[in-house]
Amino acid sequence: MIKRHFLEFEKPLEEIADKIDALEIVSKDNPELRSQIDKLQSEFEERTKKIYSNLNRWNKVLISRHPQRPHTSDYIENIFSNFDELHGDRQFGDDPSIIGGLAKIDDIPVMIIGHEKGKGTDEKVKRNFGMPQPEGYRKAKRLMKMAEQFELPIITFVDTSGAYPGIEGEERGQSEAIASNLALMSQLKTRIIIVVTGEGGSGGALALGVGDHVTMLEHAIYSVASPEACASIVWRSSEKAEEAAEAMKLTAKDLIKLNIIDEIIEEPTGGAHRNYKTISQNVRQSLLSNIENLNKIPLERLLERRYLRLTEVGK
Amino acid sequence: MNWLTRLIPSIGKSSSKSKSKIPDGVWTSCPSCESALYQPELQKTLYVCPKCDHHLRIGARTRFNIFFDNGNFTEIASNVETGDPLGFKDVKAYPVRIKEAKKNTGESEALLVGFGKLDGRLVTAAAFEFKFMGGSMGSVVGEKFVQGIEQAIESKTPFICFSTSGGARMQESMVSLMQMAKTSAAIQKLKSNKLPYISVMVDPIFGGVSASLAMLGDINIAEPKAFVGFAGRRVIEQTVRVELPEDFQKSEFLLEHGAIDMIVHRSEIRSKIIGILDKISK
Repeated sequence: MIKRHFLEFEKPLEEIADKIDALEIVSKDNPELRSQIDKLQSEFEERTKKIYSNLNRWNKVLISRHPQRPHTSDYIENIFSNFDELHGDRQFGDDPSIIGGLAKIDDIPVMIIGHEKGKGTDEKVKRNFGMPQPEGYRKAKRLMKMAEQFELPIITFVDTSGAYPGIEGEERGQSEAIASNLALMSQLKTRIIIVVTGEGGSGGALALGVGDHVTMLEHAIYSVASPEACASIVWRSSEKAEEAAEAMKLTAKDLIKLNIIDEIIEEPTGGAHRNYKTISQNVRQSLLSNIENLNKIPLERLLERRYLRLTEVGK
Repeated sequence: MNWLTRLIPSIGKSSSKSKSKIPDGVWTSCPSCESALYQPELQKTLYVCPKCDHHLRIGARTRFNIFFDNGNFTEIASNVETGDPLGFKDVKAYPVRIKEAKKNTGESEALLVGFGKLDGRLVTAAAFEFKFMGGSMGSVVGEKFVQGIEQAIESKTPFICFSTSGGARMQESMVSLMQMAKTSAAIQKLKSNKLPYISVMVDPIFGGVSASLAMLGDINIAEPKAFVGFAGRRVIEQTVRVELPEDFQKSEFLLEHGAIDMIVHRSEIRSKIIGILDKISK
């Protein structure tokens, strides 16, 4: 089992969990301790509920980056069937920080594209912590065009702190790779559904984020830059990240009010990382109903609607 | 409402503010070679240092004055007002920053959009004002850009944008970020109408403006030695922990790596665009 990871505002939960662990060991020889464990377990649940009903924006930043938070590969595994991963941009290479491929949800064939941060040190390094290079965005672009060709709905999972800021990325045209995805997605002749599952960071997130219906998980975040980057630009100190998180209005609740997103998917108590099954069910339900709704709209109208949606932001 | 009637309310607002754009004092110094430069002389060289050829930063209105025929243009979308969608406050409130930027630049926002003639041909153009909050793109910049594109589509004119910007504006967060998608969508629409979009890259362009409207030109032109990139130099240095070569992210680097079509000296940009439009614009 993966070691539990508690966030800084979850300290009271960690204490209870430690007590439970200790009692579990002793209770093997003392069955009468069971009732105490049960009591602590319900206390754990109570406290979780209480803490999670009163989160500030910085807490959500931490949850969205939780090392055990489900990532794109988890959603692929738990929601879809018959996934065929498709690799490579046909120009330079294959970027493991973006996963893409064909799959089915219920019996509906779809194209899935999403950032993948990876879990555990080795995989995280392999996935470059979910920070794509230009070839990642170009792979995504290739798959989007394929989806258009075969009239498949596209489902994207957004979860990145941003596109990778490196030398090779600049050499190979990171800006162009992102820009041309934005342009392509604005007119692509198929339905596009976006799910922001964790961190929606900057242009590197938006490059998979233009479409017909944008949903966010309850504790996901989405902003023009990471709170740390915003703080160092505006406050001239990355230590002001908590203030920047507050000021940027980066939560799902904030963004539905600002008409940036359309829907919030509820997370299980204590966050998506505490129950993969429940969050996957919730995401699955949302996807199925959105595919059905978007299928009712004729393609031509859908594209007009998409253009208006994009051009009305900040009007 | 057609494009002509849309223009009427703003007619007469053209290039009257141009003189105020020249920096104070008769003498200034070149930021590159530090030579003393005489202002009236600089005006003649289009603010290019006669000693080292460094292209000095110029304001949006100065840009239009040297771009359009006789410096004549009609400003469009001038009345879009900046809001404060997030109620953003750092050490200063966002509306205070806007007010200061307005006062310091004499411009209403970080983008100027105009309609006029280029060698007798009608064109629509946009120019970023770098001194207005670092030329950052918020909702007003995005909206003005899109109104410019829509004007170009209605009047069937080519669209030219002179970009110089630090990127998306932090103070509007997601509303700013979405302007990348908004401007890109409008550019796609322009292209679907078979109208040319020429992007002129002017020092410096980074982040959200580089990764959207600046890179999407049918033709991408850059002024010499302009810094253009996705991530800032400092961020990359901190991430990869190596010293970057001096020409990293400069126009010459972009040309070598295939990101732009050509590097054009400021004094030749007008004639170059005229020549290109002669071939690709009906």
